[in-house]
Amino acid sequence: MKKLRTRKHEVVLNRSVGGDTAITVVLTICGIFMVLPLYYTIIQALKPLDELFYFPPRFYVVNPTLSNFRMLFDLMGDSWVPFSRYIFNTVLISVLGTFGNLVFSSLAAYALAKIDFPGNKALFWLIQKSLMIGGTVTGLVNFITLSWLGWVDTYAAVIVPAFASTLGLYLMKQFMESNVTTEILESARLDGATEFRTFWSIAMPMVKPAWLTLIIYAFQGLWGQGSTNLIYSEQLKTLNYAIGQILAAGVTRTGASCASTVIMMMVPIIVFIVSQSNIIETMGSSGMKD
Amino acid sequence: MSKNTLKQVKTRKEMTKAEWTWFLMRRNKTGYFMVAPFFILFFLFTIIPVVLSLVLSLTNFNMLEFPDFVFMDNYVTLFLDDEYFITGLKNTLIFAIIVGPVSYIQSFIVAWFINELAPKIRAIVTFIFYAPSIAGGASMIWTVMFSNDSYGWANGTLMKLGIIDSPILWFKDERFIMPLCIFVALWMSLGTAFLSFIAGLQGINKSLFEAGAIDGVRNRWQELWYITLPSMKPQLMFGAILSITGAFGFGGTVMSLAGHPTTNYVAYTLTHHLSEYQGTRWEVGYASAISFILFLLMVGCNILFSKLIEKVGQ
Repeated sequence: MKKLRTRKHEVVLNRSVGGDTAITVVLTICGIFMVLPLYYTIIQALKPLDELFYFPPRFYVVNPTLSNFRMLFDLMGDSWVPFSRYIFNTVLISVLGTFGNLVFSSLAAYALAKIDFPGNKALFWLIQKSLMIGGTVTGLVNFITLSWLGWVDTYAAVIVPAFASTLGLYLMKQFMESNVTTEILESARLDGATEFRTFWSIAMPMVKPAWLTLIIYAFQGLWGQGSTNLIYSEQLKTLNYAIGQILAAGVTRTGASCASTVIMMMVPIIVFIVSQSNIIETMGSSGMKD
Repeated sequence: MSKNTLKQVKTRKEMTKAEWTWFLMRRNKTGYFMVAPFFILFFLFTIIPVVLSLVLSLTNFNMLEFPDFVFMDNYVTLFLDDEYFITGLKNTLIFAIIVGPVSYIQSFIVAWFINELAPKIRAIVTFIFYAPSIAGGASMIWTVMFSNDSYGWANGTLMKLGIIDSPILWFKDERFIMPLCIFVALWMSLGTAFLSFIAGLQGINKSLFEAGAIDGVRNRWQELWYITLPSMKPQLMFGAILSITGAFGFGGTVMSLAGHPTTNYVAYTLTHHLSEYQGTRWEVGYASAISFILFLLMVGCNILFSKLIEKVGQ
């Protein structure tokens, strides 16, 4: 009989040594390729001026400095909107939009998953199908709607549509369905708890990973967005837009643009690191059954 | 609730279907209150726009005058008399056909490769592969690495090695725009679908693999086809939808990388065309026709894909 291969005292089936080695090599190469650009940006952001213009470019920094970050604030200080204002706008839009999305989505997700009202299935079907539709399709009519509401060029133009972003609702509903048992809800209802109370004190605490996931998705989407056609007043614009402006100024501002990209990417990355295990747990029920 | 049931003189069997539905609606009316805030906005910003773009695409609406119905005129013009639309359609399809499937398959393969790593290492590797897709505006990094001067990483290295004499204008050069944009898109495409695959792979019942080994599965590839893939069809379906939407929404990335319009329209996509007509010229009817075609493309690809996924493991 063939000898069984083991990894750390655990028998593994159908895995050859050659295959394991090849996979490790491929993963390592691809992994380096994935992080290299991110790493390079951070290095560039920390380089003093003479090193930025060193030829050929180097993948390390000799005298790290924060002057690029300082320059970012000085540079934009010349324009009449200070750089901190772009940060403030981005934070405000991201926080309010995420909060609204969380409240609206969890209410709807609970009702879709746990209340058996007629029309329930049809609504969820619509949500599933709407995941196929990208923002490019709806952008035009949304602009007309928003201008009709008088919201163009206000924060609301970006914040309110974000309340009804569907991915979070979809994930939350799927997670509730597989993690909140109907028995628990039934016993609460028999004890006379209202539907809102059951939702708030029983269901919500059980689905913490799902709200973290929703928060991250909503936050990430809003943080990176820069719809210049919805908001044109300079003082209401976001970080993404500001970075584009700095980049457009060309080679003399390489350091500053890398610094701003670092600020931009650090926030979602840190949020993800903190909540990774919760996201993966939520994704466990993300599957789509027809 | 109990009060309601007591008042109810008829039982389920005595009620007609309509009566029973009405009863359920009254009994579960809180459900409607709970979904209302979300769905009012959802209809306003997602469903109505799709329906309305179909209606508007049959008109010559331009935001100023009252629209007239022109029926298929916009579509006829698009296909017969608008060479930029044809260029845009062609490029959009090229992007979608390459980026969609490749990103989908690479998300799965990477997820599958890292599935057997020890939990701590798996978390780190997951982060490494996922990071580009969440680093907001990360695609900008490539315009720094591939900048037009000799201080950019790509030009600097190639010049140092003596392969080129003068800097290449990467995102302005017809030869490089498309490949570079596709490259960047693939770099940032290990997103939500990737995480969903990781979770799906973790969730497969381990005893299935043992049973498979006894039944004659010989290597990891057979195991993949006969056990792993069929066990995670729901995740595959979810991932496919996200990959397709991502692949068609890719014009936005091209716009931020290569500008608008791109040199000689080599990377001109439907997103560019749309922004031309809805932003610059305000020909809303015409732009709606473009949106609606994009919508049909997305839905069509999804139907095709779900048919393919049905075939997995057979």
